[in-house]
Amino acid sequence: MNVTLKYFASIREAIGQGSESVSTHAATLSALREELIARGGAYADALAHGRAVRMALNQDLCDESAVLSEGCEVAFFPPVTGG
Amino acid sequence: MSFTVSIQTQDFDVSQELAALRAGDARVGAVCSFLGTVRERNDGSSVASMELEHYPGMTEKSIAAMMDEAQKRFDIYAARVIHRVGLLHPEDQIVFVAVTSAHRGESFKACEFLMDYLKTQAPFWKKEVTPEGARWVDARVSDDQALARWGIEASNSVAS
Repeated sequence: MNVTLKYFASIREAIGQGSESVSTHAATLSALREELIARGGAYADALAHGRAVRMALNQDLCDESAVLSEGCEVAFFPPVTGG
Repeated sequence: MSFTVSIQTQDFDVSQELAALRAGDARVGAVCSFLGTVRERNDGSSVASMELEHYPGMTEKSIAAMMDEAQKRFDIYAARVIHRVGLLHPEDQIVFVAVTSAHRGESFKACEFLMDYLKTQAPFWKKEVTPEGARWVDARVSDDQALARWGIEASNSVAS
């Protein structure tokens, strides 16, 4: 399926782009994160387990168990610091 | 009845916002607001400026959801949230939350609830410019704890 990925703040800077479209067989956000980590380099570092990575599916905060669907929007970002 | 959110680069006038929020609603007997401003120091360093980034679309959606939740929990008539993004300097206004109600208790509580919610659930990120260089601001565990007081579990500052 096709998924739009978005990156923000320190993760956007590390990866070097704010968004990209990918084709994936990942069923869950967890599997998608593993695919991205497997790319190595900045992806592996920025999205590594044990880092504080927050995730959103279709603009709602979610955890790694979230189930992906065709055309969905997934975002990875560090803890939020507004206010 | 008006519950609105604005994400904007430009500054805002607190007096005008407060007047507009309660205009035409004679039920209102209390207006509570919070104004967040840029400090000149953070985590031991002086701050020359900061850049605020957000997630367009999700930001508005998440704040609308927290306003819905505030309406369920508190007897309030209207609320207004403004959050600035882009380049800001010490003393600049960053965030404004205002709530109206019949009596002060409900709007005091709702105002604090909205700010506690916003701190850990709305997708904003601050990058500060200090003498040691630019740095992304770290999330605070105390902000998760503030939201927990309302019975909402937040894990914004936790590693995953």
